[in-house]
This record gives sequence, structure tokens and C-alpha cells, in this order.
Amino acid sequence: MLAPNKPGRHRVDHLLIAEMVKAGSRVLDVGCGDGALLQLLADTKSVDGRGIEVSRERVNACVARGLSVIQGDADRDLADYPDAAFDYAILSLTIQATRHPKTVLEHLLRIGGRAIVSFPNFGHWQVRGQLLLTGRMPVTENLPEAWYVSPNAHLCTIKDFADLCRLTGAKVERAVAFNLKGQKLGTWLPLTVHNFLGEKAVFMLTRAGARP
Amino acid sequence: MNTADPRELLAATDARMLEVTRPSSECIDIPETEPLRLDCAKLLAPIRIAYKTYGTLNANKSNAVLICHALTMDQYVASEHPVTRKPGWWEAMVGPGKPIDTDRLFVICPNILGGCMGSTGPASINPATGRPWGLDFPVITIGDMVDAQVRLIDRLGIDQLFSVIGGSMGGMQVLEWAARHPKRVFSAIPIATAAWHSSQNIAFHEVGRQAVMADPDWCQGRYLELGKVPRNGLAVARMAAHITYLSEEALHRKFGRSLQDLAAKTFSFNADFQVESYLRHQGSTFVDRFDPNSYLYITRAMDYFDLAAEHGDVLANAFRGSKTRYCVVSFTSDWLYPTRESREIVQALNAVAANVSFVEIESDKGHDAFLLEEPELFATIRGFLNAAATKHGLAHTRRGH
Repeated sequence: MLAPNKPGRHRVDHLLIAEMVKAGSRVLDVGCGDGALLQLLADTKSVDGRGIEVSRERVNACVARGLSVIQGDADRDLADYPDAAFDYAILSLTIQATRHPKTVLEHLLRIGGRAIVSFPNFGHWQVRGQLLLTGRMPVTENLPEAWYVSPNAHLCTIKDFADLCRLTGAKVERAVAFNLKGQKLGTWLPLTVHNFLGEKAVFMLTRAGARP
Repeated sequence: MNTADPRELLAATDARMLEVTRPSSECIDIPETEPLRLDCAKLLAPIRIAYKTYGTLNANKSNAVLICHALTMDQYVASEHPVTRKPGWWEAMVGPGKPIDTDRLFVICPNILGGCMGSTGPASINPATGRPWGLDFPVITIGDMVDAQVRLIDRLGIDQLFSVIGGSMGGMQVLEWAARHPKRVFSAIPIATAAWHSSQNIAFHEVGRQAVMADPDWCQGRYLELGKVPRNGLAVARMAAHITYLSEEALHRKFGRSLQDLAAKTFSFNADFQVESYLRHQGSTFVDRFDPNSYLYITRAMDYFDLAAEHGDVLANAFRGSKTRYCVVSFTSDWLYPTRESREIVQALNAVAANVSFVEIESDKGHDAFLLEEPELFATIRGFLNAAATKHGLAHTRRGH
């Protein structure tokens, strides 16, 4: 789906999420992969964390390392959870692989007091450049698979995602884009620049009308 | 079917009956004054619960693990069976340094109510008549088994169990424990089980019971008084059940169409095929260690199990407010308790935002996989228990390792 973590190093989006999450809170990590984020949040923020992961091997590895993870997927299983069951519902570099991103986002906002969504930006200059110059679907470090094997069914740009937030009535509390070097882009830069230079983005959202 | 010396058969029955009346394991006796109120509304007393323990209970009694056994198992989870002389039924899982590590955990495994290895059941003597209970024994439920275990845990002075673990019918007891006594269960591991017994499973049990009852030596359940044993009936019941514990793949891998010590078919109804010979062996050895009436009562208890029905037909209600940490485990080739049924438990737990892990383990060994060497199962149980132990404040230090 996405390039695997380099061992011993945390992903920049994970570090940012760990910064956003309050200590001791209840967290649901949807698409938790090998559990790296849950482990980081447990270690640094003592969260009460749960995960959902589609790959059976990764679920078993997570449970074997002591994380509370179930085998399931975002499209099917989020409906089971009650409203406001968690302080944060996190979807980390997964939304582009869901069948119904809008429904998934609505569930995240319903289940968590806050939703944190990170995603690869399809508006990044590298992606645009590859499509423009080669006329073929882009393959980058973060989108490593060819189109016919990629699980990424719904890729979007930062602008697209901001539109979806408006459409679902989600309030953007914080939005951060990272460049290729993993550096945060300055918040003073306009959205168009984020959309061009940001290689991935992290949004923290609340339901409109919900008390933060 | 049985061609063994009748004296040997009687000797085997004697050894088994001795365990009913004088179990080799520890036991507690619940007096007449403290009867168990059963789900059928009858009162049962006195009651004996036979049990084995492994490891040492710590000073604040926070390291106790209850293992609930399946239909035909017993308290000998990690030590030699006194009748068959075979190793414990889960020795790969339970012991020093094993996933359920007796170096730091105190493991309690009771024989269930209705069983035949020392706990009160239909083979026990009915104090009112001085004769074996037989069919006068009340019909019991999984909940009744759990209530009897509660008496044992009370007697041992344990307030909260660190974990309640079991597969198959043992898993049903785990779920019932968590539902009836949420504060007394810190963590729960239901393996290869379901929150209710399916129509297909009831059907298989009915075949088994009919086989027992159709044996003329069953004598309307009074065979013990009359010095008989419905061996053939119970053996057939076991043979049919045993098929449901395996998978087509596992049977094919193990036996295929191979003949048993033969160069060619015999054109008879002898056990030509290895699989026939294997099943006949499973049937006859089972009779040496199990009471036929116990088999009727325990299968009935499983059929009656429906945790949702006990909670207004909403399974999630059984777990509302639960602080227990759950680890649900299923196996890909288990068609007796398929993954779908484990997933229903997980959905109910998610609906109340309970702390749940759920692992489906790839195996072609069918329902029996939970009893076998499955490295992924071991890694799951070890990891889950280690994390739970940390949360529970149990020390990681091991003695002698």
C-alpha cells in the first residue's frame, strides 16, 4: 500500500499525530498496519489504544506484541462502534485505500471526538510531473505499486480532501503538509502551495457543531 | 465392534469410576446448606468440584488464571491423566515458560459440573437415593457450570481472575464468566467458540445422543446400576463428533484413501481404510475415559447456550460496561465454530467499545487446531497475556528461568 517503515525510525506523520494526541486519551487507529503508531502513542502518551487492520498477518503481529487490534476493515467494521467511543479516531495513510472514503470519514467523526486523517497528496509536484511527462500513472516512493496492483482506489489531493471536509461538515482544527524531506510546510503558505509541495498531509477534524 | 477382553473393559471402567467417586485431583465440597440454583430453577446440593492447580498464587491473589475445558476434556490440562496415563491436554500451552506461564501465573482448571472426572455429574451418587444420579440429574447449562466455578474461586479466596481462558465449550464458559461476573474477569480469551450454538451443531449433538440412547446397554440411563456400559453407542457418538473437529483437508492429508495394513480391499465391512481404523480407535479409547450420561448432559448444555437470548436477544447487552480485556481467536478451517461466529462476538464487543483483540489463525487442522501446536496461537496468547499482565501490575520476573 505504502512504503514500509524504516526500522527504528518513526514516520513524520506519526510523530505529528503523537504530538496532537492528549496523554491518556482513548484512541482508535483504523488501518493500524504493524502497530507502529499505536506503539508510539502507548509509549509516549499512555493512550488506551485500539486498532483495526485488514491484513491477518499484521493483526497477529500486533496482538503478539501486546496491542489491542482486531482483524477488520474500515468500510465494513466502523459501523459497529457507538458514537463518541473514542477521543481520537485515526486514519493514517489509509483513506485512499477505502471503498467509500466519505462514509468512512463520517464514521470517524461520529466515533471519535476528533478525527485525525493523514493521506498521500496526489497533487504533489512529483506526481503531477510524472503524469504530465510520461503520460502514465505515477509511481513514487510513497505510492510504490503499479496501478493494477495498488490497493489505493481513491487517491486525492490536499484540495480535494479539504473539499470533502466541507462536504461532510467537518471542521478543520489543524492541517499540516510535509515535503519530500519530511519537513512541515509553513502554515502561512497558501493552500495551493501546500497542494504542490506537500507530499503527504495530516488533518485534525471535529464534527461541526460538536464541542471540542 | 469391541473385540477386547471383557475383563479388560471392566478394569478400564473401574479405573474411570474410581475417578468419579475418589478423584486423584484436589476437590472442594459444597454442602447441602449452600445449594446451587440452576438455570432450570432446581436446587443442586451437595456438590463436589474437582480441580487441578499449577504454579503459585501470589500474595495479593492477582495472578490466578482459570482454564475452562471443552466437552470431553477435564482438569488435567498440564499433567498426566490418571486413567489414560496420557500427558495433559494442553501441555504445549500451559506450564513453566509456556504461553500460559505457570512460573508467574497460578492456573486453576476445574472439571465442569456434569463432568465425570470427580466433579458432580450424572455418574456421581445421588445422596437422596444412594445410587448413581443417571437421568435424575438435573439438566444443566453453561451458566450453571460457571456458577459452580464461582464457588470454587470464592473458596480459593480469589476476588478477580487475571484471565479466564478456554476453547470450544471452554470458550462459552469464558463468555458466560465475562457476562455474569465482569468485575471478576480482568481478561478473557475465548478461542474457537461462539456466543450461541448453531443449528448444525445441535444437529450433530443430537446424532451423538441418539447413538448413546439407541445402545441397549444404555438401559434408560441406568447402566451403572445394572453393571453395563453402552460402549458401542458412545463410541459411535465420538466417531461422528470427531469428524466435526477435523477438516476435510486435514483428513485427506492424514489418511487419503490409504488402506489399513492391507494390500487390497477385503470386500467386507472391516476397517479397510485407515480413516475407519482411526475413527474406531478414537471411539473405543473415548469410552474408556468418559461417562455416557455425562456426554448427554454436557452436549445438551452446549445446545442450550445462547448468550444473546440471555440478554434480550442483543449480544452486546451481555458485555455493556465491560472493563475486561478480550482476545477472541478463531481458525480458518474450523467449520464447527467458524470465524463468522467469532466475528459476531467481536462486533458485539465493539458495539460497547470494549477492549478487544481479534485474531483469525490460518490452519488446515479444523476445530482441533486450538489444542495443537500452532505457533501463531502461542504467539498471540503469549503477547496478549504479557500486555495484560503489565496492565495488571504483574511482575515479569520469572523464577528459575
